[in-house]
Amino acid sequence: MRSLGMAAAAIAFAATGAFAADKPDELKIGITTFLSGPASVFGEPAKAAADMIIEQINADGGIDGVPIAASYVDEGAGGEALVSEYRRLVEDVDVDLMLASISSGNCNQLAPLAEDLKVLNLMWDCGTQRIFEENDYRYVFRTQANATPEMLATVLYLLKTKPDFSTIAVVNQDYAWGRDSWDIFQTALKAMKPDAKVVAEFFPKFGAPDFSTEISRLQALRPDVILSTSWGGDLDTFVRQAAQRGLTNTSTLVLPLAESSLQRLGSALPPGHIVGGRGDHYFLHPERVGDPAFDDFMKAFHDKTGAYPIYPVFHMSQALAAVKAVYAKAIEANGGEWPDREQVVDAMDGLSFQGLGNEVTIRDDHQGLEDQLLGTTAKSDEYGFAILKDIMLFDAEDITTPVGEESIEWLKTLGPDFVASVEPKTYAD
Amino acid sequence: MNLQLFALAFFDGIAYAALVFLVAVGLTLIFGVLRVLNVAHGSFYAMGAYATASTVGAIVAAGYSPWLAFPMMIIASALIGGLIGGPVEKLLLRRIYDMEEVLQILVTFAVFMILEDVQRLVWGVQPYFESSALMVLGTVDVLGITYTAYQLILLPVVAILVLVGLRIFLRHTLSGKLILAVTEDREAATAIGVNVDRVYLVTFVVGASLAAFGGALASATTSVIPGMGADMIVLSFAVVATAGLGRIEGAAITALLIGLGRSFAVYLAPELDVLVPYLIMLAVLLVRPEGLFGMAHTRKI
Repeated sequence: MRSLGMAAAAIAFAATGAFAADKPDELKIGITTFLSGPASVFGEPAKAAADMIIEQINADGGIDGVPIAASYVDEGAGGEALVSEYRRLVEDVDVDLMLASISSGNCNQLAPLAEDLKVLNLMWDCGTQRIFEENDYRYVFRTQANATPEMLATVLYLLKTKPDFSTIAVVNQDYAWGRDSWDIFQTALKAMKPDAKVVAEFFPKFGAPDFSTEISRLQALRPDVILSTSWGGDLDTFVRQAAQRGLTNTSTLVLPLAESSLQRLGSALPPGHIVGGRGDHYFLHPERVGDPAFDDFMKAFHDKTGAYPIYPVFHMSQALAAVKAVYAKAIEANGGEWPDREQVVDAMDGLSFQGLGNEVTIRDDHQGLEDQLLGTTAKSDEYGFAILKDIMLFDAEDITTPVGEESIEWLKTLGPDFVASVEPKTYAD
Repeated sequence: MNLQLFALAFFDGIAYAALVFLVAVGLTLIFGVLRVLNVAHGSFYAMGAYATASTVGAIVAAGYSPWLAFPMMIIASALIGGLIGGPVEKLLLRRIYDMEEVLQILVTFAVFMILEDVQRLVWGVQPYFESSALMVLGTVDVLGITYTAYQLILLPVVAILVLVGLRIFLRHTLSGKLILAVTEDREAATAIGVNVDRVYLVTFVVGASLAAFGGALASATTSVIPGMGADMIVLSFAVVATAGLGRIEGAAITALLIGLGRSFAVYLAPELDVLVPYLIMLAVLLVRPEGLFGMAHTRKI
């Protein structure tokens, strides 16, 4: 009797499984992004981009005829609210997949939850390198790089363009990203240039309104290079106060996230400072400009929001390109039929896709291989804000921690000769 | 630490203290008179900054002189204090003066949250930066270090003017004396015919305008961002509590103490930078629970 019941249950289960693989009316995606708080400088443009890209996909006939419907969750509401909203979207709204999230803290919290809920989760913007180095997930993937290649490319750019500097100071925000990014940067720098001297380490409070004291101190110390991985209002304030007081004349700033501040800073960021954008993200991307899809999007985004796309827009485009690509791949693998959710997860392995930047490939450990672009600021009369010259484009393969290794340990094994062994593509201007 | 570094830390400290004082003095003035701890004070600071940054930005973009930034700061903060602070006191706080303190704090906190969202609606989430006022004043070289005249000279001078001005206003004008009378004894003041409602309103508007003025002055030096009000309110609470609630001169000295403490921390122990204001507060309150300049109250029956 009991086995009969189990067989019936199995049949019923198989039946619903078959139903789930029927083409749905819409493909439901949950997207977490910052719509409040300081990080909304990233979250709002990313949401605008998601709306535009999804509208375009749907106008082109959706995913194999199925239109995308997106629900947004505000990461700014805090961890607990985010977790319960995430659960609600997965369990009540029954979304097909989630794009989460911007904050590394939130990714740390949501990755195990996605695993529990058995929902495909694309980490579309968070940077912590630890997630796939310390855990194994089936349902969690990252459609972009992580902090290690971002910082390593920055160190390489610095060492290739200014090999003779001797002193460096750091001014980072006092939270996980500010501390972790300095850890990675410092480890890589010490491995490749052991004689570089760190003369000051400042970690002003997150959201600090004033860096006057730090700047006085830096003017007295006169380091050759000042690193700041800050972003948003913090970075704007620091750069402006540094420029107002002439610190930018005596030290070279290295700003791995400043691509997202260029337009706001206007002429306040003088020429000759190093800028990155967390990947190959730049509205004048030397490999992509001239591609109509790229040019049209840059223009349409500027028309809609009044600003050119910044890196979170690129990250969002990559995540949505991955959605498109993975469904195409899973449908093909399923003989042209709509795949069930597990088949979609299977199709993520080794997936390649292209958003607004260069192509990204998902590795065995679910980490995306994304190229890194850095440049030096130059004055632009056309745009009224600094643009990048002497751009270098680093191949993701060269600078991403190998599968199965831990970033900090791997960086320690790099020697001074690593600098010359990595050969980025260079663009004169 | 040599003499040069000592001098530098000192200059940085007073510039910072000047801004903190302007916000804290409004908070302590309001508490002294209304006996309400006004959490929404942080919103007035933020809105003063937003209003100044956006209007000055528009003025400069339209090709007018950046010197107009200075009168604009005063106009913007008076408008924020009057148009937003006024109704908040008249329509809301007036109803809760007799209620428990916890409830009063919750109500002002609710106002704070509402005003935070109003700022997002009006000004969006992208940072504003408008430093024309700072740029026109130029820079000053002291001991080989470049300072902006705005931070090194203007801010401390304005803070001193506000301190002296408030003192003269409270001791030597009729409105000021009425405020002092109400602070001293509300019932007695009412009994001899002082219009307490009006005094409350004037005090709240002046206090809110001072917070907005602090924000207006800060807007030239910093990015105006969502959440800036919350940070400032926490710091000004620390100043006000350390000084003793309701003590204006005390707020000035405490702001200086905290400003200097913070800048010396950046030179000597950068890790302690954030902690210093609260360490000072803790040390003071352990020894003098009523604050540096506070007086123990005898409870009236």
